Amino acid sequence: MSLDKTDVEQIAYLARLAIDDNDIPSYVRELSNIFDLVEQLGEADTSNISPMAHPLDAHQRLRPDVVTETNQRELFQSIAPETQDGIYLVPQVIE
Amino acid sequence: MHNKSLSELSASLHNGEFSSVELTQHYLDRINAHNSDINAFITICDDLALEQAKAADLQLQQKTAGILTGIPLAHKDIFCTQGVLTSCASKMLANFVSPYNATVVEKINAAGMVTLGKTNMDEFAMGSSNETSFYGAVKNPWDTNRVPGGSSGGSAAAMAARLAPIATGTDTGGSIRQPASLCNLTGLKPTYGRVSRYGMIAFASSLDQAGPMAKSAEDAALLLNVMSGFDKRDSTSVERDVPDYTADLNNSIKGLRIGLPKEYFGEGLDPNVAATVDAAIKVYESLGATIKEITLPNSHLAIPTYYVVAPAECSSNLSRMDGVRFGHRCENPKDLTDLYQRSRGEGFGDEVKRRILVGAYALSAGYYDAYYLKAQQCRRLISNDFKQAFDDVDVIMGPTAPTTAFKLGDKKDDPIAMYLADIYTISTNLAGLPGISIPAGFVDGLPVGLQIIGNYFDEARLLNVAHRYQQTTDWHTQTPAAFK
Repeated sequence: MSLDKTDVEQIAYLARLAIDDNDIPSYVRELSNIFDLVEQLGEADTSNISPMAHPLDAHQRLRPDVVTETNQRELFQSIAPETQDGIYLVPQVIE
Repeated sequence: MHNKSLSELSASLHNGEFSSVELTQHYLDRINAHNSDINAFITICDDLALEQAKAADLQLQQKTAGILTGIPLAHKDIFCTQGVLTSCASKMLANFVSPYNATVVEKINAAGMVTLGKTNMDEFAMGSSNETSFYGAVKNPWDTNRVPGGSSGGSAAAMAARLAPIATGTDTGGSIRQPASLCNLTGLKPTYGRVSRYGMIAFASSLDQAGPMAKSAEDAALLLNVMSGFDKRDSTSVERDVPDYTADLNNSIKGLRIGLPKEYFGEGLDPNVAATVDAAIKVYESLGATIKEITLPNSHLAIPTYYVVAPAECSSNLSRMDGVRFGHRCENPKDLTDLYQRSRGEGFGDEVKRRILVGAYALSAGYYDAYYLKAQQCRRLISNDFKQAFDDVDVIMGPTAPTTAFKLGDKKDDPIAMYLADIYTISTNLAGLPGISIPAGFVDGLPVGLQIIGNYFDEARLLNVAHRYQQTTDWHTQTPAAFK
């Protein structure tokens, strides 16, 4: 399968990943090669095969709805790029 | 001192032959002397290590010490370690001093072990050569022009050079076993769910599993005893008792049924590696095991399945690295989208970006059924192959990797060639089975690993089977000449 420049730009946007224009040709080539490899899956007969999401087919455990974690905001925010008054700062979103 | 087994070290610590501080200092000195040759460590924890060693010595004096108290260890830099840089070998986390401990770190600390440092790895565990690290490639102590394997390449190189008596690793597609093979170590990937993933930076959550990288099966069993167990903080952790993994080490393996999958001995396998593995299997025959050729007919689907499942899960897991709450943030973002895009674009290296893009595409609207769902169905086919095989055999054996350690740079620019380095290890992760790689000999001075795959929760048997071989052979005791 071959992807083109527009595909790669679109995927990069979906992934919120800035990629350098100069690198796009190599991404086009490498991603196309990877999807060529993946295309082999098409040959496998998977009719009536249920998808396997967990190796042991385990199910999500339930727990009582009680508070178990303590508030550690200051500790966690001490490694944040930018905070103020206990909130994380990002560029203005709403005018 | 640095060639002693964990039980020998433990005995020396308990009988006062040397203290944990002396032992720790010995390893710190070795790290300082040799690390620049192999780049195995990202962070060396001198102060923390000596502080933990002092505490261990107190416990030893007070006779409250356990078997691993005071024994140093190196952690792969994927395990969150409170107050210590936990970078996952990425620029994205090059400023991430973890505010909490992974469960594995907590358990190991509780056992009284000493943290020597954090080892180098492929960025976010994505790679098979340890060349994708932001902190530079790791070199194989057996030949410093060659790769140590990956992604746990720093732990492997540190162990091979005897810069630590034991280390932790993680394995998503072979990242414990393949470097163990390339560096002459015993590396065990447990059953999925056996060891808690809490605080272990996630790459592909349905495949990731932590395990020990050791000088011997006996050492690996001792660390697995500590690492394993149910953890309510990991939703995929398995509620099942942890046996004493050392208890069965010496059991006889007479009558052990070994399956050899014909798919693991075909095209692509280096003939010298094949001959080495054959010789190891002969040793098992001489110990009373029986050999049966088996088939895992969907093996050819493993790599394509993996390269959908792993990137899809990684693209989702790594979306948390967005420059907002922790990690790298770009300069002067003009708006929120710019902040996300440039922080991520600058913070991630090439291979990580490639996998995020593959994953984002495979999960995008209109492609989910064709890629992710199809891959999960193929995953079931691969798993069913193993289920069927284990009806007739107790363990499956084959090569861990198709070749010995390759040269640095050889596969760096060819992602697909690099992916094939994990051709024999990936199926085990897809099926969630345990696997171990043990030293089986050398080709042109480079180590070859024998892989042993077991049924679910059969770690004790794998360690027993590995240990019996190590009682008969001495490959695992050999060390590279430059690091005596």
